[in-house]
Amino acid sequence: MANAPLTATSASDASPLRFLTCGSVDDGKSTLIGRLLYDSKLIMEDQLVALQRDSRKHGTTGDDMDLALLVDGLEAEREQGITIDVAYRFFATPRRSFIVADTPGHEQYTRNMATGASNSDAAVILIDARKGVLTQTRRHSYICSLLGIRHVIVAVNKIDLVDFSGERFHHIVGDYLGFAQALGFTSIATIPVSARFGDNVTQKSGHMCWYDGPTLLEHLESLDVEQGLDDKAFRFPVQWVNRPNLDFRGFSGTLVSGTVKPGDRVVVAASGKESTIARIVTADGDLPEARAGDAVTLTFADEIDVARGDVIAHADSRPDVVDQFAAHVLWMAEDEMLPGRSYLMRIGTKYVPARITSLKHKVDINSLDHIAAKTLGLNEIGLCNLSASAPVAFDPYSDNRATGAFILVDRFTNATAGAGMITFGLRRATNIHRQSVLVDKASRLRMHGHRPAILWFTGLSGSGKSTIASIVERELHARGAHTYMLDGDNVRHGLNRDLGFTDADRVENIRRVGEVAKLFVDAGLVVLCSFISPFRAERQMVRELVDAEEFVEIFVDTPLQECMRRDPKGLYARAKEGKIKNFTGIDSPYEVPENAEIIVDTGQGNAETAAQRIIEALAERHIVA
Amino acid sequence: MPLSLNLKRLEAESIGIIREVAAEFRNPVMLYSIGKDSGVMLHLAMKAFYPSKPPFPLLHVDTGWKFGDMIRHRDQIVSRYGLKLLVHTNAEGVARGINPIASGSQLHTQVMKTEALKQALDKWDFDAAFGGARRDEEKSRAKERVFSFRSAGHVWDPRNQRPELWQLFNTRISKGETIRVFPLSNWTELDIWQYTRAEDIPVVPLYFAAPRPVVKRDGVLIMRDDDRMPLLPGEVEDTLTVRFRSLGCYPLSAAIESTAATLDDIIEEMIASRTSERSGRLIDNDEAASMEKKKREGYF
Repeated sequence: MANAPLTATSASDASPLRFLTCGSVDDGKSTLIGRLLYDSKLIMEDQLVALQRDSRKHGTTGDDMDLALLVDGLEAEREQGITIDVAYRFFATPRRSFIVADTPGHEQYTRNMATGASNSDAAVILIDARKGVLTQTRRHSYICSLLGIRHVIVAVNKIDLVDFSGERFHHIVGDYLGFAQALGFTSIATIPVSARFGDNVTQKSGHMCWYDGPTLLEHLESLDVEQGLDDKAFRFPVQWVNRPNLDFRGFSGTLVSGTVKPGDRVVVAASGKESTIARIVTADGDLPEARAGDAVTLTFADEIDVARGDVIAHADSRPDVVDQFAAHVLWMAEDEMLPGRSYLMRIGTKYVPARITSLKHKVDINSLDHIAAKTLGLNEIGLCNLSASAPVAFDPYSDNRATGAFILVDRFTNATAGAGMITFGLRRATNIHRQSVLVDKASRLRMHGHRPAILWFTGLSGSGKSTIASIVERELHARGAHTYMLDGDNVRHGLNRDLGFTDADRVENIRRVGEVAKLFVDAGLVVLCSFISPFRAERQMVRELVDAEEFVEIFVDTPLQECMRRDPKGLYARAKEGKIKNFTGIDSPYEVPENAEIIVDTGQGNAETAAQRIIEALAERHIVA
Repeated sequence: MPLSLNLKRLEAESIGIIREVAAEFRNPVMLYSIGKDSGVMLHLAMKAFYPSKPPFPLLHVDTGWKFGDMIRHRDQIVSRYGLKLLVHTNAEGVARGINPIASGSQLHTQVMKTEALKQALDKWDFDAAFGGARRDEEKSRAKERVFSFRSAGHVWDPRNQRPELWQLFNTRISKGETIRVFPLSNWTELDIWQYTRAEDIPVVPLYFAAPRPVVKRDGVLIMRDDDRMPLLPGEVEDTLTVRFRSLGCYPLSAAIESTAATLDDIIEEMIASRTSERSGRLIDNDEAASMEKKKREGYF
């Protein structure tokens, strides 16, 4: 063989390549990675001795070394169940450095594969030559495509087991191209390989005169994945305001796409404020130009308002700025995704509260069929509409992975619950400006003579919420306040009669009530809302719909035992008999408020005295005189 | 020397990670262990905030058994960069007489490194700590996140790590929880040395070959850095030309025979080398899967 030995150097000036391997152990994925590491001399002597010993003991390859043991051996954790994770492996040739994201291929590990794919430029998809294109091949290709991988290498492995048959290879390639065309890859390379014997992995095979393309490694070495990133629109999410002294005010961050020069006219996307680039500062001196991937500090000619989370763009090539958009969301949490619930969305360097307003459909990742659904479970993907609490700058994910991707963080556990890729904005910010108003909140306030508010009564069923709220309303009315009461009875029978008592429906119930209460506050009323509202997340969501001083959470703190004893509607008795499902306190949780403005301890006095104390507290807040 | 495209990309990625921590956390700290990886990480931090200084202090967890050369290097670097250095030693461990020779490497590491680190993080109430670990170092590191979550009590649960997509790091934590951050996750040992050479970053002289007093113990060469390490019966001290690939407590760091006296020599030697970097770190070989176990307990 005429190949020069590979070395662990990374001397070249090619861009490093990050790629993903898709396939299961049966396809020879471990053997393929083992082969790449072995041939690039990254297997150390101590590991090699162990490998030779293990191959004789456990191997499936007779007296030859079983390279799969190398990768699997590095994964002694396999039994412990953390191979569901992504492992990163490193190797280099004289021409290029590589980082391989090695992820398991089973359906229950979709989120791990997506994690690996999110930072990869290319994917090697393995197909067993004996089995051809399988359901999992389609699934892997779809996830790669969804996560924006543009370059795919189909390695038809175990070609030795089909007698190096060109006919078989071309048949599989035909099958693959048949469905992959719809996935929008920029390049699809197809290479017949034998990972076990090394054919066409790093060395050209002598067994397949019908194939004259590159080896897998040659292809990976020459793949141009950065092409075009510099040519895209300039985007610079501001990470950190750099202010060492009064004379210097710079904005540190990394260009995620495009190029920029001093003198360029730029804009802060969300505010529309414009300025000119003054300097591009780095520790190695000012640059005449910064390119995609460079971490720099920009200064502007004018003192404009810029903060972490802002996106800087060229004034003549701006991103969209919207608060509502459609996105593919991959769900990554054990708790199912609930439309209506508020999550923290991280996009670029910005965190903003956001809700999934509707799930348009779920995607069957094996057949790619669209399925109607109300929620997303772990590892499921759906097309959703989202609504953010403030406009955000973005590009469609298909145009720009860095400015079109986001994650959703659970606001109470801080877990990373979902990952999203924006497809398009639903309304342009320029169209958001509401109908200009001649009568506004302030003028209504003057007319009413008191401040509007939401009084949110939360507590268990039977805690006395509605009783107390009614007395409070009576007292407010007597003092001349304009009030309205929202409770389960007048909402569940009309506005929300299509909703049941599942977690998802409870969330939607509260969301609608919150929106109605918000309109009433805008109209200048004091709105009394009496709802069990068991989840903190939804109460927080309503709180954020109005100004801080307009939301008063009142926790009617009656112990469960006492509520069950009272049981005014006989509901607890029926729930305990199993006749009512999802009953709060019985088989559905109640999350106690952590920062309620008012706590009513019903052990102290009757409903009248409780109401009186609430009125006093409202007077202190100047909601009533 | 201009950076290769590979090193440029690694540098920019690490700078982005370091800035992210400064922007999102209340009270971060950078662990400084004096070795080559720490040297690169600190250099990157200086570049990340230029013309500002890094907005966090350095922390050295001193076991009392570092090479004399390391402590001298640490003090030189801190004054050269003009940064604030915090040093913490587990006083309780010292009082109990814990040391790497009599107590064994496992107990010494547990008490003087892992426990000491947790004490220091609690003492100064840090909510994020940078470490210089790399994924290519060791198998349990290959799965570590860049932003690695620790529940209250500094516990790492490898089965329950946050998925980490794109560069969208989840920086949210509740009170009492902390994050360990690894800006060098995607660097290899060779990248570290090539970058050190290209950027002219000072390193501890122990990385370069020189005649040094060593004894052969359990099949490896241990340097007698001071007179706290007595010779066992039958042992003789030799002067050999040796260097270190990895530095820790001196009785636990094995030297290799080498004549590599410059960065060029080291890089050349490493390309030819066929043994792994941590094979000279005695603490890794104590028991199977020992790194993962130490990491769960709070080791970096």
